[in-house]
Amino acid sequence: MNETPKNGLWTPDQPMVSIKDVHKSFGPLEVLKGISFDVMKGEVICIIGPSGSGKSTLIRCINALNDIQKGSIKVEGIEVNDPDLDKLELRKKVGMVFQQYNLFPHKTALENVMMAPIHVLKQDKADVEQRAYRLIKKVRLEGKETSYPGELSGGQQQRVAIARSLAMNPDVMLFDEVTAALDPETVKEVLVTIQELAEDGMTCILVTHEMGFARELANHIYFTDRGVIVEHGPPASFFAEAKDPRTQEFLSQIL
Amino acid sequence: MLDLLTPFFRRLYDETGWNFVIFYEQYEWDRFVAAIWVSLELIVASLFFSLVVGIVGAWLQGSPIRAVRLFMSGYIQFFRNTPPYVQLLFFFFVLGNFTPKVDMGGYYEPMITSFGWAVISLSFFAGAFNVEIFRAGIEAVPESTREAAESLGYSRLMAYVYVILPLAFRVCLPSLNNNLVNLLKTTTQAYAIAVPEMLYTLNQVWSDNVNVPEMMIILFVYYVGLVAVLVWGMHRWERKMKIPGYG
Ligand SMILES: Nc1ncnc2c1ncn2[C@@H]1O[C@H](COP(=O)(O)OP(=O)(O)O)[C@@H](O)[C@H]1O
Ligand SMILES: [Mg+2]
Repeated sequence: MNETPKNGLWTPDQPMVSIKDVHKSFGPLEVLKGISFDVMKGEVICIIGPSGSGKSTLIRCINALNDIQKGSIKVEGIEVNDPDLDKLELRKKVGMVFQQYNLFPHKTALENVMMAPIHVLKQDKADVEQRAYRLIKKVRLEGKETSYPGELSGGQQQRVAIARSLAMNPDVMLFDEVTAALDPETVKEVLVTIQELAEDGMTCILVTHEMGFARELANHIYFTDRGVIVEHGPPASFFAEAKDPRTQEFLSQIL
Repeated sequence: MLDLLTPFFRRLYDETGWNFVIFYEQYEWDRFVAAIWVSLELIVASLFFSLVVGIVGAWLQGSPIRAVRLFMSGYIQFFRNTPPYVQLLFFFFVLGNFTPKVDMGGYYEPMITSFGWAVISLSFFAGAFNVEIFRAGIEAVPESTREAAESLGYSRLMAYVYVILPLAFRVCLPSLNNNLVNLLKTTTQAYAIAVPEMLYTLNQVWSDNVNVPEMMIILFVYYVGLVAVLVWGMHRWERKMKIPGYG
């Protein structure tokens, strides 16, 4: 293995993602005010909280779409808050799925899945194609390979987006409210896909408002408000024993 | 070819005085055919290089380096705000003066011919507009699409080539179409530096034969035809690039 020195020290018994005292500001607006938590390999973490509390920002910091001003984010030992960060190395490990799918509209579903492994990883086209067919099948979109994003429903597009991320063989998947833009009927098909991923052992960090999903699948739930983690715990205790009035109010609105 | 045309045009001249000399005299015909080639080469080369300038320029305009962006806006201002005719003269007479001459075995020729200067000048002229056109197209590509590429490990250049540019192209094809038609017509200004393209050649023909109206008709018909072919090609391209269910 040609591990880089920076992550050479990481072993699977250490947190796969380790977030320590992260501060993030947009100009004068401090959006994250000291966030810390760890994610072990194979864990499913749900982040919940009111709109504007910094959930998207936090998740975007993990794959360096946003930079941070203070603190440390490590993914398999790679320090993200490092001016010399090898972004490609990081992004090979971290997959991301967005609320608005963000597929490449000029490419078919299959091509969307194939593009990054061919362009970025320089993998063999025939191999990638085979794998892409399998991934399309895995997200239950057989027969839609040659459809363009504009010809697919929101739920179908989102599943293509998940397959596209998986094609890069990431170790961690980030999901930012990936069902928030979907019709209620199609939410389920996307959740099922994520559930299957989690059951396969994929490490997942999700921002979600799907409490049923969080209760059933999360190993740990974090409730954030105004840039801090207000409360957290495994689902059973989190839902039963939420003490902070902010958490209670949020849960009463959403449940 | 000429054999087929000759009887008709010679009779036309004899009976009506309309003198399409290029269609019945070998010498003038040869000049005309040569002019077709020169003008086509000039047009194709200028179109091509103006697109290259546009694509590279739009990339440079998005550069994180301020000096590069400033240079690009200087370039665009200069070429957009001065007459292409003057640019052509400037390139040929001023810059042409500074380019080295090459030994052609006894006599010396400038390294860049008048044809070369015409291509360079016209490409930079139309390229300045193409940069602006591509930039508008690039700005129409949502930031979120760029981020999706970035989070898949694409570098800025790779995202530009594989994602941004193909999407931007579709947005800017109509304005690109306009600019390229304009460029095609502007190539006649190479006349000023004696590039033997169609206008220059027919001008010589009508000087020798005193048949200005006839040669003017040929000029108009020729350029109407060329523009029609270009527009047809661009529309075909536009249709081919159309994405099902998008835009
Ligand atoms: N690029 C940005 N520039 C300035 N402010 C931003 C930017 N992105 C997010 N914000 C602000 O940061 C805060 C947190 O946003 P976000 O992380 O999207 O919250 P959430 O996902 O929890 O709804 C909001 O007040 C938002 O307006
Ligand atoms: Mg958000």
